[in-house]
Amino acid sequence: MYIIVVGAGKVGWNLARELLDKNHEVTLIESNRRRYLTVEQELEHNVSYGDASELWVLERAGIQRADMVIAVTGDDEDNMLICQVAREKYLVERIIARVNNPRNRQHFDLLGIKPSVSATDLILRLLEHEVPEYGLVHLLDLQEEQLEIIEMLLGKDSGVTGRRVGDLQMPEGSLLISVLRSGKGFVPTAETVLEEGDEVLAVLDPGKEDELKALFRPEGNGGDGG
Amino acid sequence: MFILIVGCGRVGSSVARGMLGEGHEVSCLDEDPESHARLEVGLEKSWEDLGGQFTVGAGLESEALVAAGIERADAFIASTDGDNTNIVIAQIAQKRYQVPTVIARVLDPLRAEWYQRQGLHTVCPTRVAIDMLEGAVRKAAEDSGPGDPATVAG
Repeated sequence: MYIIVVGAGKVGWNLARELLDKNHEVTLIESNRRRYLTVEQELEHNVSYGDASELWVLERAGIQRADMVIAVTGDDEDNMLICQVAREKYLVERIIARVNNPRNRQHFDLLGIKPSVSATDLILRLLEHEVPEYGLVHLLDLQEEQLEIIEMLLGKDSGVTGRRVGDLQMPEGSLLISVLRSGKGFVPTAETVLEEGDEVLAVLDPGKEDELKALFRPEGNGGDGG
Repeated sequence: MFILIVGCGRVGSSVARGMLGEGHEVSCLDEDPESHARLEVGLEKSWEDLGGQFTVGAGLESEALVAAGIERADAFIASTDGDNTNIVIAQIAQKRYQVPTVIARVLDPLRAEWYQRQGLHTVCPTRVAIDMLEGAVRKAAEDSGPGDPATVAG
C-alpha cells in the first residue's frame, strides 16, 4: 500500500518506521525544517519537507496514487483539512486523523473525518478499564452501528448472581454476549448460572445502560452512597 | 443584519467598523483581548457605546461562538490569520449553525479556489494582489511599447 503520513512528531515518525518495516511504501511529510533534517537522517527519501496543508505539497508527494493518508500533526485544524482534501479532492479511500484536543472531535465528525483517533480518549478509556469505579466499563462505542459494548463485574450484592441467564429479564435492546470466569471466557446459554466474580460483557442500544445497571447491580456501582 | 466576525486583526476590525457604520449589528470574536483596541481606532466613542459586541475566545470553541451570537447570525466572516482555522470555522458556521452567509478569508489561492468550488465562499487577498501586480506590470509594458522580439521569442 502507498501511505502518506503527515507530521513527523513522535507519533508520525514511529508510525512511518513501523509501516516501512511492514513493507508499505511511505512518504512522511514534515513542515518544520529542523525536524525534517533530523528525521531525514534515518528515513532518507521517505520523508519530504513541506506544509501538507498546501495542495502542491500533497501532489508532489503523490497523493493522487495514495491508498491512505494519515494526518498526525499537533494541529487539529491541519489534520482535519488535510484529510478533508485527501478524501474529497484526491479521492483517497482511507484516511485517519489524529485529534489533539478531544473537544475538537465534534468538528472532525461534522466534517465527516473518520476515523479520528485521540490519544487522550484512548488513555481515558484505558483508565476507565483499569479503574472501574463505575462498575460498568465502556469497551466500545460502535457509533456507525449505534451499539455499545460494556463490561460489568458481578459482586456479591449483584441482583443476578445465582440466577439462570434464561430467567433474567434483560432490557429490550440488550444481549449478554460473554462471561469471563476464573480467567476463562465463554458464551452463556439460557442454562448458564451467573456467579459472584463473573465479568460479563453485554451489547446494547445506546441509552440502555441504566436499565441494565438496575438489573445487574454490578460491583462498585452505588450502594456506598458514592 | 447581524454579522459575526471571527478574527479581529486589521481586516476583521476594518470590516467590523465599516459594517457597524452602515447600521448593521456587529459582533467580533478574537482570542486576543488586546484586539478590542484595534476596533476603536478612529472611533470617537467606545465600540460598545456604538452598539458593537466583542467576545474573547477561540473560533473553534462552541461556547465562544454561541456567546458571540452565532445562533442568530445572518452573516459570518472568518478572518483570523490562519487559513486552516478560517476554513474549518467557516464550515462549522455553515454546517452546524446554518448561517445563511458565510465568507472565509483564505490566503492560499489554490485552496481558496477549490473550497469555493465546494460551495464555501472564499475571499483570497493573495489572488487579488497577484491580479493587481500583473495588471500593473502589463500596463507598464504596454506604455513602454512592444518588448524586445528576441526576448519574447525565447
